[in-house]
Amino acid sequence: MSEPVLEIRRLSVDYGLGDSAVRAVREVDLTLHRGEVLGLAGESGSGKSTLAYGLTRLLPPPGVISGGQVLYHPVDGPPVDVLTLSPAQLRAFRWAETSIVFQGAMNSLNPVHKISTQLVDVIRAHQPGLSRPARLARARDLLRLVGISADRLDSYPHQLSGGMRQRVMIGMALALEPQVVIMDEPTTALDVVMQRQILSQLAELRERLGFAVLFITHDLSLLVEFSDRIAIMYGGRIVEQAPAAQLYGAALHPYTDGLLHSFPALRGPRRELTGIPGSPPDLRAMPDGCAFHPRCPRALAPCDSRLPTLGPPADDPGRAVACWLHPADEVVAR
Amino acid sequence: MTFLLRRLAFYLFTAWAALTINFFIPRMIPGDPVKSLVSRFQGQLSTDAIHSLYVLFGLDSDDSLWDQYVDYWRQLAHGDLGLSFTAFPSPVSEVIGDALPWTLILVGVTTAVSFVLGTGLGVLAGWRRGSWVDGLLPVTTFLSSVPYFWLGLVAIAVLAGPGSFFPSSGGYEPGLVPALDSIFLGSAVQHSLLPAATILISSMSGWILSMRNMMVTVAAEDYITVAHAKGLPERRVAMSYAARNALLPNVAGFALSLGLIVGGTLLVEIVFSYPGLGFLLFRAVSAKDYPLMQGIFLVITLSVLVANLLADVVYLFLDPRTRKEG
Ligand SMILES: Nc1ncnc2c1ncn2[C@@H]1O[C@H](COP(=O)(O)OP(=O)(O)O)[C@@H](O)[C@H]1O
Ligand code: SF4
Ligand SMILES: [Mg+2]
Repeated sequence: MSEPVLEIRRLSVDYGLGDSAVRAVREVDLTLHRGEVLGLAGESGSGKSTLAYGLTRLLPPPGVISGGQVLYHPVDGPPVDVLTLSPAQLRAFRWAETSIVFQGAMNSLNPVHKISTQLVDVIRAHQPGLSRPARLARARDLLRLVGISADRLDSYPHQLSGGMRQRVMIGMALALEPQVVIMDEPTTALDVVMQRQILSQLAELRERLGFAVLFITHDLSLLVEFSDRIAIMYGGRIVEQAPAAQLYGAALHPYTDGLLHSFPALRGPRRELTGIPGSPPDLRAMPDGCAFHPRCPRALAPCDSRLPTLGPPADDPGRAVACWLHPADEVVAR
Repeated sequence: MTFLLRRLAFYLFTAWAALTINFFIPRMIPGDPVKSLVSRFQGQLSTDAIHSLYVLFGLDSDDSLWDQYVDYWRQLAHGDLGLSFTAFPSPVSEVIGDALPWTLILVGVTTAVSFVLGTGLGVLAGWRRGSWVDGLLPVTTFLSSVPYFWLGLVAIAVLAGPGSFFPSSGGYEPGLVPALDSIFLGSAVQHSLLPAATILISSMSGWILSMRNMMVTVAAEDYITVAHAKGLPERRVAMSYAARNALLPNVAGFALSLGLIVGGTLLVEIVFSYPGLGFLLFRAVSAKDYPLMQGIFLVITLSVLVANLLADVVYLFLDPRTRKEG
């Protein structure tokens, strides 16, 4: 496996302070390697967006990071902890090293400025030396990169379709050739055909440019063919992570298995769609032990009292799971 | 463009309707309103004034209503609004023309200053919400709910009076002849300070509050998060992203408030006996000077319509979503 580019270490995020705080992300360990696509799946409310906002320090109030580290490895130079960057360092880091495509694709573009303005301003902020014509030329290239004709530069966001707007956002995310692109449900608001188009385009761009992607979705079936590895989130924790094919072929965690039976597979063998009974846990009243145990069809004796740790199952060091069905080795692998 | 033409057509229609109603109202008063007016004024009216009243009420001739209506428009086209009978024999247009600049300058300048200052402070308060600036909000809320005239009365009671620098009434020192010289202008400015401060204080709070609230609303939009994520300088996010969008409703409100300049601060002018249009209207109403009232209403109606049109144009200019292709 190639070297890491982004290492999330024991990251915890709370909403609110003191007694009223709820913990939406719990001691998450997750590593993104250079050039890979890491899928992050989980039901809505499991904390995926909070994780993405937390590691980029974009949490809306009352969100606060209550612990952990986010180590970013620049191409040259020692790793830096994103969470301790000064405001000026953070501004320089943002978009140049890690860009984001948000869930609210429709509203990600400022309605009163032209597409060109919004592509150019990020280039100007980070590369002040570049001349105006050079910036515009770059903006034109970016549109072409995502398959939009350059004369759309003068359009306003409302003049573009939803799919085009999301492409613009993807183009914008690549403006500074970042090492990491985080995508939070980038295609959720689009129809299936548009989803497929954008995903295959994204895969192709990734081949060509070599950035790493953290791809967040509630639809696990989207990830299976598109990502290298998949991590599953439940109740603010990562409960399983494995190479995509293995996770798809043999899910170890009962929750993963439930997710696989919640969406129709885009390709491959059909599965019976059973869904997952019950509803996601209430953050204010997390069950003891494994947070999934009230909904788990295979719960065992220790499940409702002891928290299973995330670690490789006995027979496969290449993946990790947090479930008493597959007790981890004592040494927790990263 | 088609949008603007449609709006223009609508305003023209509204203006036509307003002016037509203006034509009919005096004619719908039953009986002989002129006789009752003449008897109320007990011979103080000259015969010319009485004649102008008959013209106004359409009682002067045997012309058909249609001919009178055509005549009415012809007179309007020449700027002829009839004769005021309190200021007889001055034409209404002249009486209004004397009062209008006072209102336009006093209220126009204060409205603009109040908008610019209030919006600026609102941007600051909205962007720095949660800081000490929020502590000032109850004060502005209080001020924005105090009526203009009450503030004016307080200002007069506290600041004006014998020997005070601030005159309590009028637009300039009595006895001065209006002219563009330093003595007259100085006196006019001195007289405008209290009414201006009154309007400024009570109207600025409204701009502050609405701009602050819009800033807070806009700050939660996705494109603001994106702007932060892009690592843009704080100033650019605050101005070009947040304030630029939050400004839209405020600017439209400003354009509309321009239309209210003429009639909107009536009470302030009354409190300060300021020689503007509001005070003139007050006097016209008390004296039942119908031609003058009609003329002032006409000016107010037209200015509100023009302001609405202006608001549309400004919106078109600021918000690309209202611009239609083609
Ligand atoms: N601004 C907020 N204030 C309080 N709680 C929040 C806020 N945003 C999200 N949450 C809570 O955090 C949890 C995780 O939310 P989120 O990260 O959006 O999940 P996902 O992206 O996986 O759907 C949810 O239970 C949600 O209710
Ligand atoms: S730990 Fe127990 S309750 Fe949790 S998923 Fe595994 S078997 Fe189910
Ligand atoms: Mg989400």
